[in-house]
Amino acid sequence: MNPIVSGASVIAAGLAIGLAAIGPGIGQGTAAAQAVEGLARQPEAEGKIRGTLLLSLAFMESLTIYGLVVALCLLFANPFVGA
Amino acid sequence: MFFSLAAVEVGTHLYWDIGGLAVHGQVLIVTWLVLAIILTLAVLGTLKLEQVPKGLQNFLEAVFEYVAGIAKDQMGEYHYRPWVPFVGTLFLFIFVANWLGALVPWKLIHLPEGELAAPTNDINTTVALSLLTSISYFYAGFKEKGLGFFARYIQPAPFFLPINILEDFTKPLSLSFRLFGNILADEIVVSVLCLLVPLFIPLPVMVLGIFASSVQALVFATLSAAYIAESIE
Repeated sequence: MNPIVSGASVIAAGLAIGLAAIGPGIGQGTAAAQAVEGLARQPEAEGKIRGTLLLSLAFMESLTIYGLVVALCLLFANPFVGA
Repeated sequence: MFFSLAAVEVGTHLYWDIGGLAVHGQVLIVTWLVLAIILTLAVLGTLKLEQVPKGLQNFLEAVFEYVAGIAKDQMGEYHYRPWVPFVGTLFLFIFVANWLGALVPWKLIHLPEGELAAPTNDINTTVALSLLTSISYFYAGFKEKGLGFFARYIQPAPFFLPINILEDFTKPLSLSFRLFGNILADEIVVSVLCLLVPLFIPLPVMVLGIFASSVQALVFATLSAAYIAESIE
């Protein structure tokens, strides 16, 4: 196993998940803040707001999950190690 | 090399050779267990139907209303009824599978290779489920509109055609990766924490994992219902 390939894979895995977490983190914060604001203004719409919020959070989270899948591929099923 | 770093077994499977195909045995075992649990509950609860439900029948009716609500919220009053079985099956299967993986101490059962876990932490299971969703929304669209279904590919404007075609591929991709990534990430986090601090510290993360896995079941079912609703609208 080439040590440079291994080292680069580990760094790349860290970068993949770290960078992929930035955007969705900001987005989820904004969405949750807006949901709380809507809840404070209209407490009777709680059920609807919660459902929509969970759904949109899951959409944003899937972007981080793509980064995670890339990181997992690099760590556990690395295609470049064999060469 | 990475396996020795943390005792997390990712990528090791118990292979069964069925008709020339290598099958992940540990996934199939837990899948059958999930099926057995759901079927047993359903059969036991509906053996003696009563006008005024109590006990298990009461519980099953609440579950049915919940999954019917998921379909109804997305598809509306007129279209939702034929799709309740599909959406409900997805929800119940993923929910029971996730919780079974999170709640049962599978480590106690030793397999020659790989380990038992939630079947949804295998990419094959989630891809199969999301392809089922793809097939269903195509079927729903054709049944509702016939060949007019293809009109939606040029919907806002004709130059949206490539994006709309691409969407048919990204839908199952994102569905399957979301479920797979969430469940696998949760298991990895729990086992790495257990490796570092074996007592008490991983408990909050486990609770978070149980919550997250039930949300993932809800999200998968809701999104499937939304995709089907989109194509029959």
